[in-house]
Amino acid sequence: MAVETLEATPALPARTSRRRPGKPAPKPRSWSLPRSPGGWIVLAACAIATLGMLVPVYVIITTALSGSTGAPNFFLAFPDAPSLDAFKGAWTKLHGSLANSLQITVPAALISCLLGSINGYILSKFPFRGSNALFTVLLVGMFIPFQAVIIPVFQFLNMLHLQGSIIGLIVVHIIYGIPITTLIFRNYYEGIPSAIIEAASIDGAGIWKTYARVMLPLSVPGFVVAGIFQCTNIWNDFLFGFILASPAAWPATVTLNNLIGTTTVDYSELMAGAVLVAAPTVLLYLVLGRFFVSGLTAGAVK
Amino acid sequence: MTTSTALPPAPASPGPRPKKQVPHNVKTSRRAAWIFAPSLLVSFLFVYVFIGITVYISLSNWKIGTSPDLSLRQPFGGTYAEIVKEQRFQADIRNVVIFTVIFLVLAILGGLIAALFIHHVSIGKGLFRTVFLLPYALSFIVTGVAWRWIFSPSTGVNEILRSMGIENPPGWTTDPTVLGALNDPSGTDFLKVQFGIPVALLPIIFAAAWQLVGFAMAMYLAGLASIPEEHLEAASVDGANIWQRLRHIVLPQLWPSTITCFVLLLHVALKIFDLVVAMSGSGPGFVTDVPGIYIYNYLTSRYDKASAMAIILLLLTLAVIVPYLIRGYRKERKA
Repeated sequence: MAVETLEATPALPARTSRRRPGKPAPKPRSWSLPRSPGGWIVLAACAIATLGMLVPVYVIITTALSGSTGAPNFFLAFPDAPSLDAFKGAWTKLHGSLANSLQITVPAALISCLLGSINGYILSKFPFRGSNALFTVLLVGMFIPFQAVIIPVFQFLNMLHLQGSIIGLIVVHIIYGIPITTLIFRNYYEGIPSAIIEAASIDGAGIWKTYARVMLPLSVPGFVVAGIFQCTNIWNDFLFGFILASPAAWPATVTLNNLIGTTTVDYSELMAGAVLVAAPTVLLYLVLGRFFVSGLTAGAVK
Repeated sequence: MTTSTALPPAPASPGPRPKKQVPHNVKTSRRAAWIFAPSLLVSFLFVYVFIGITVYISLSNWKIGTSPDLSLRQPFGGTYAEIVKEQRFQADIRNVVIFTVIFLVLAILGGLIAALFIHHVSIGKGLFRTVFLLPYALSFIVTGVAWRWIFSPSTGVNEILRSMGIENPPGWTTDPTVLGALNDPSGTDFLKVQFGIPVALLPIIFAAAWQLVGFAMAMYLAGLASIPEEHLEAASVDGANIWQRLRHIVLPQLWPSTITCFVLLLHVALKIFDLVVAMSGSGPGFVTDVPGIYIYNYLTSRYDKASAMAIILLLLTLAVIVPYLIRGYRKERKA
């Protein structure tokens, strides 16, 4: 064992440059204009496609701003008299469920990340016989259509008297979030040299002490990646909220969908509501976009 | 993951493992296993046991939630035999197949082209990337209400079509037309729907492709970044033109990204639910109905039918996911 330890040590310093989630490789920044006609064509194509991608965003915002005059007669028209009236209406109808979404998302994301980080730590640093196979068994939970478990989940929450409540939704989101957070943290911890764990164990620290003193402080980028991922997932959830929550616990996505109504749709209010529901995840994405992407592509292209 | 919107990152091998694992003794290994055990047990209950219960319900006589009737239905599997003959079920299968095929082509091809262009653009790279991936941060409900408005028959894209001289543009999500129908369902006992492309599904496919094209782009950009510069340089020196380099060097090296996109987007397509709910619901004659909505509709009236459809959906999903997970697992053992 001592020999192995010695062998492992020299490889340490050079390896820290390995890409890991949260630390994308530094990219060369260039702001130079294209020098060839081909370069201009590529740039123009990108610009046009990007404008095309923004059309629905434009439509959401302009329609939301059409306020008192009602939705325009043509979806690309800019409102004659832009106002924020539609937002007032949408806020009145949505603020309760926006608060629900927040109350569901924050604890569920936090707890599932914590559990995922413990699992990821064990799986990457203390693999035991069959741990890879068991991990694959766990991963299946990430891919199943939730319709295939929804009736038992419903009955189970009923049994615990959690049916329809915010706590029930939190529990469900935590449980079905474990596979994905475990995956993200395992991938992240693979990039942290095992020699650190060895050093701690030589100093006499056990599994838990090493986790608390060594691993957790190194985990901030991992928590950011997994946290963004889980917050986005849970905030954007519709299925569980739609089926499992009572009206008092409806998340914002469900209330927004109900604004569509049965006969006529007030599109300006609907779009204002869409802006309110989308704002938190879009802000998260715009501010912490690089972590968002590294969570998405972690381990995808090897 | 907890919604049908979001995609998990790919579980394939996470790159080179540290060469030497920490040497562990038996006691440490056992403790490690015990720490992992609760998560595994909870997952086992909520995934595997609950799926087992759903399978049982699909075979039972339990129809309505309030009074559990757990006797097995005779003949065995009668619920499955009942639903496959339904017009609605057949429409669902048609819709999910059409949706999946067109959506995958749009999202993967769009993502590949976007990535190839954005990778080579000299200015504004970050902006283009950010915009393409932006829809991914949205809920399918938000996407759905926006696209519902864009395709609304009287104020949406039809205005453009009318100004171009098209007198009777389609009603989009409320249009029961099926394009290129292969069969006439009136002549047979079993087939009850026309197989073709339902017009009403097209806006939903566009919306889904808009939302997820950035995901494919991100996967391809990551793939492109991992292609060693020397390979391309060597090929240039040998006189390979841009198409030859694309064909023989870039595309083969992007193959893992393609597989990942294919599997994960296919899995989204099969499970699609919220987007359809927000845009059209079942539609006239179930023209935009999908398995997810079918299951939801029967959750209050027919537990057995909802469960049977859920199991069919699960089997479709697993047929895609399990080979993929096994491939990732094998690769990892080799690494």
